[in-house]
Parts: sequence; structure tokens; C-alpha cells
Amino acid sequence: MPETSIFNTSFTSDLDESARVQNEIVAELEQRGVSMGDLADLHLALEEGLANAVKHGNKLDSSKQVHVECELSEAGFFSIVIQDEGEGFDPNDVPDCTLPENLDKPSGRGLMLMRAFMDDIRYNDVGNQLTITKTCTIE
Amino acid sequence: MASQATRFDIQTVEDCTVACFLDSRILDEATIQVVGDQMYRLVDSGLLKIILDFSNVEHLSSAALGKLINMKKKVDAAGGKLRMCSIRPELKKIFDVTKLSKLFDIQKNQAKALKGF
Repeated sequence: MPETSIFNTSFTSDLDESARVQNEIVAELEQRGVSMGDLADLHLALEEGLANAVKHGNKLDSSKQVHVECELSEAGFFSIVIQDEGEGFDPNDVPDCTLPENLDKPSGRGLMLMRAFMDDIRYNDVGNQLTITKTCTIE
Repeated sequence: MASQATRFDIQTVEDCTVACFLDSRILDEATIQVVGDQMYRLVDSGLLKIILDFSNVEHLSSAALGKLINMKKKVDAAGGKLRMCSIRPELKKIFDVTKLSKLFDIQKNQAKALKGF
């Protein structure tokens, strides 16, 4: 299945920069005919994945970069690799916010939402590189 | 940067305040910050019965969910009540996946939210 690189960039750890990159990727996916339903899900996952890299990975350190490689095949297979320059983390250490004792905690739901709306999300062993995939409908 | 302009259409129905989100996307940090501040101000100004109407909202991130949780805590601490209504099915999935539909009082529409509030 031929995959086309649609985005390959690095940006400084800044939430405005993250929003800019996110919007550029979504605009490109829209132009390539990704359905509106899939676009909405991807927009959410991009927000969560990129914001996590900037805030939790690089801890908003402007000397650190976030690297993004994004592909979409003609058949609609989407993948994005988001790499930060932080120390990484173990996704298994993130508390389960669906447990009654954690239900009112105001953070920690980003991974859960990405898992719910994407086909697959996985971190590398270090925990500073996230790969997200989803098969999208192309209209 | 997100505009500081009002992000809600506020209406008073009897002793209830209905705050309808104007944004369709509450995703990026800047927007979430402004929306959160304006939402908290409702409680700080002494309003005790607040209904958040999501009719216009299509997308919501985990950071926005955090603001809603803090809003509920503020309302509870002030001795008030918070309800939510008119949540679209695609948005409802976010509340269901995170099980926040158990934490929040969610009603189908504004009329049902106002009933017995």
C-alpha cells in the first residue's frame, strides 16, 4: 500500500506552535478527502498527542523540539509519529481516571481518548515517541 | 491567541443560568483557558444554578474535560448545582469513554435540564 508523507516537521515546545502544526495537518487531511467523521477523531488525537509531547514530554522547555512525521495512504491508512526530547514515561503508570476514586481528577484522560478514537496508539520503550494509526474513509 | 470575547450566550430562566457554549471546537489550550476562566466567573459571581448547554460544541479535548471537572468542584463548593445538556452523540462518546457521564448530571435538552432544577 503506497503511503505518502504529508507532513514532516519539527517545532519548538510551544502550545501555539503545536496548534499551528495541528491545524496544518488537519487542513492537509481534509484536502486529501478524509471524511468529516474521521477528521474530527484525528483532530482530537492530534491535539492530545501533540499537547502531551509539548507539556508533559518536553515540559514546555522552548530549547526542546517536537518532531512529527505524518503519512496517509491513498486507501486512507493514516499514521503519525510524534517524538519529544523529554525523558519519556511509562503509559502504564498513568492512573485509570475511570475508577471511582479518580473520576474527579482534572487530568490524565488524553491517552484514553486517543485509544478510544484511534485504531492503535503505542509508545516506544523510552516513552518519548508516540505512534498513532487509524484507517480513514476517503471521500 | 484565543479571543477574550465572550464564549457563552448567557440566559437567565427563573433562578437558573443557562450558559450556551459558542465555540464548536474547544480543543486548543488558549481557547480552553478563556472558556474555563469565563465559566468559573459564573460561579464567582454568585450564580448557584448553572446549566451548560453544548448545542454548538462538536469537539472537546481532555484539557477541556479538566475545566468541566473543576467547574463542578467550584459549583459544589459554593453549594450550587450544575447540569449539562444538548450534548451531541459524537461528543457524548467522550463523556461515556471517560465515564464522566457518571460524574456529571447530563440532560437531553435544555427543557429537561430546567425541569425540577
